[in-house]
Amino acid sequence: MNHLFFLLTLAAYVGSFAAYIGYLVSGRDWSGRLGSLLLAGGLIAHYFALLVRARGLHTVPYHDLSGSMSLFGWLLALTYLSLEMFHRQRSVGAFVLPFVLAFFAVSQIAPADRLAAPPATGVIFAFHVTLSILAYAAFGLSCVLSVIYLAEQRLLHKHRVGDVVWRLPSLDLLDRMSQSSVLLGLISIGIGTALGFVWVDRLTGAVWHYDPKYVVTLLVLVAYAFYLRLARNPTWRGARASQLCIFNFAIVIFSFTVVNLFFSHAHRYF
Amino acid sequence: MEIVLVGLNHRSAPVEVREKVSFTNDQARQAAEELRSRGILSETLVLSTCNRSEVYGVPPESSRETAAALSNYLSNFHSVQLELLSPSLYHHYDRHAVRHLFRVASGLDSMMLGESEILGQVREAYRVAYDQGATGPVLNRLFQGALEVGKRVRTETELGTRPMSAASAGVKLAERIFGKLQERTALVLGAGMISEQVVAQLRDREIVRLFVMNRSLDRAEHLAHEYSGKVIPWDDWESALILPDVIVSSVSSEEPVLKRAVLEKAMASRGNRPLFVMDLGMPRNVEPAAAGLYNFYLYNIDDLTQIVQQNRSARESEVPRAETIVDEHVGKFLTWQASVELIGIVEALRHKLKAERAAFIRERAERIPGLTVAQREQVESLIDELLEKMLLDPARRLQGEKDLRRKIQQVEAIRELFLPDRERP
Repeated sequence: MNHLFFLLTLAAYVGSFAAYIGYLVSGRDWSGRLGSLLLAGGLIAHYFALLVRARGLHTVPYHDLSGSMSLFGWLLALTYLSLEMFHRQRSVGAFVLPFVLAFFAVSQIAPADRLAAPPATGVIFAFHVTLSILAYAAFGLSCVLSVIYLAEQRLLHKHRVGDVVWRLPSLDLLDRMSQSSVLLGLISIGIGTALGFVWVDRLTGAVWHYDPKYVVTLLVLVAYAFYLRLARNPTWRGARASQLCIFNFAIVIFSFTVVNLFFSHAHRYF
Repeated sequence: MEIVLVGLNHRSAPVEVREKVSFTNDQARQAAEELRSRGILSETLVLSTCNRSEVYGVPPESSRETAAALSNYLSNFHSVQLELLSPSLYHHYDRHAVRHLFRVASGLDSMMLGESEILGQVREAYRVAYDQGATGPVLNRLFQGALEVGKRVRTETELGTRPMSAASAGVKLAERIFGKLQERTALVLGAGMISEQVVAQLRDREIVRLFVMNRSLDRAEHLAHEYSGKVIPWDDWESALILPDVIVSSVSSEEPVLKRAVLEKAMASRGNRPLFVMDLGMPRNVEPAAAGLYNFYLYNIDDLTQIVQQNRSARESEVPRAETIVDEHVGKFLTWQASVELIGIVEALRHKLKAERAAFIRERAERIPGLTVAQREQVESLIDELLEKMLLDPARRLQGEKDLRRKIQQVEAIRELFLPDRERP
């Protein structure tokens, strides 16, 4: 069953990517709509693939690299589709789908633990993990949007106004999309972290247990709050804010990889 | 039920001829009325723009004669010698007339390929003729089809999306940076013709504030008044450069009007808010070194012209897609037209056959002794049934078929066979 959902998800994401590329290159509306439709189909199939896995674990998949990356890919796609619908802008899809596909494909190759219930389960814990990964996905999306911003700005500065530039969102819209995404990430990581403390308190009777992950998460929160503040300041708005957004995501990557794997005891894959 | 078109356009006639045969709305109404009252056309529509004057119609009789009559009419209406007019006139019939109109509505026949104004002009011409009652079922269907084609070509292809003038390219570039321009402010330096073109486009996009600076205060006030803007004195540079998001400059000056040092200071004063400058002056009004400033986008007339040229090529590459849409709708229209014609032919055939049958039975029945009235009615009924089955049913079945235009020629052959003296329906 899982294999079927894997194939369906892969086909839908690949089709969606191709349709988004078609939209970006040709500007045909139907191609963009097809991209969105296939992405929605991929999200549904991917959800069922995650569900099968979650049933085996009795919690959201987080305790191995495979499950964690798959969940990240799903939430990235979900965040993007929500943002696309909110801002009515499809031309970014061609840049986001490769990341969704990469995370989904790598999650299938990454080593997976046997499907056995991990030590930490429960609704609060599930929300803690899901919201944290959602925040990482939203920050990832804002990073992609910032890269597009810088590239488009460079093309406009250099007067290289080709086909793609006419179809990309305006710089102003890219800026607003990036800020929306960061806002979603901040809310998610705020609530997710708070739920984490509640869960730890219920489990051990004490809120605070030192974990380097706490420090890095706080740093991520501050860095993105700082970005949101600066992105609304005329002096920083635009290229400088985009560069800061990309830098902030480097901290997220650091937290997601180095901190999780080598320093944190309780946060291996989220 | 044929369609005839007589007209001239930017390709067939120079402006000196075109301007002599253009129609105002009132003249279009008058011409439509006269053409119908004189029996030249039963349905009429006059389409007149700065690049074309065309008369579309459905003639009551052969369209070849109608075309000649229309040419004469145009010559008389505008008091232009027919010898002068004739070389510029084109005549199209049926399929070619339909295709011509659909291409016109799509912007494929426009001087500026893919321009969007023509669809509005076709809509207006149709509205005028429709309100007057000059159109009938054929032209109504034809022009509704044309509006549909025009809309499809604009939504499904990129024929009309790229800017094709320096002014519109500049405004579109501003939208690449700021998105919608409704909340933005523009400053116009120099109140020349080209600035006015840009300002008109900015106003179309509902730019919220417009400031005008010009050496001649009168001209600045005139432009500001026309586009609901405000005048800033020519020497008030410091405050002028803090306000706008977009600057349109077309000042006639040997030296750059905006030097890097001034702009650098202005950018700092405005907190480095993005500034888009269209330098349309020749020589250039903005010092090129300013292009490197943070959040400063500078495009001169050559940059904009180059974009227009790129866009022209891009539009040309969209032509095959637009032509495919046009062909599809031409096919649809001709199928509809043929099905309507078929109904007429079948009805005419029925009347003819019934009349023949009545005369035939009258003649033959007299030779059959003892044939009662009831028996005679029975024979009549049998013959009617036979005729329906053998001729009329198959002809009617053609109505819903594809490629009816070709097939209807077979029915026309039947008509020619049975109704040789009858006029076309």
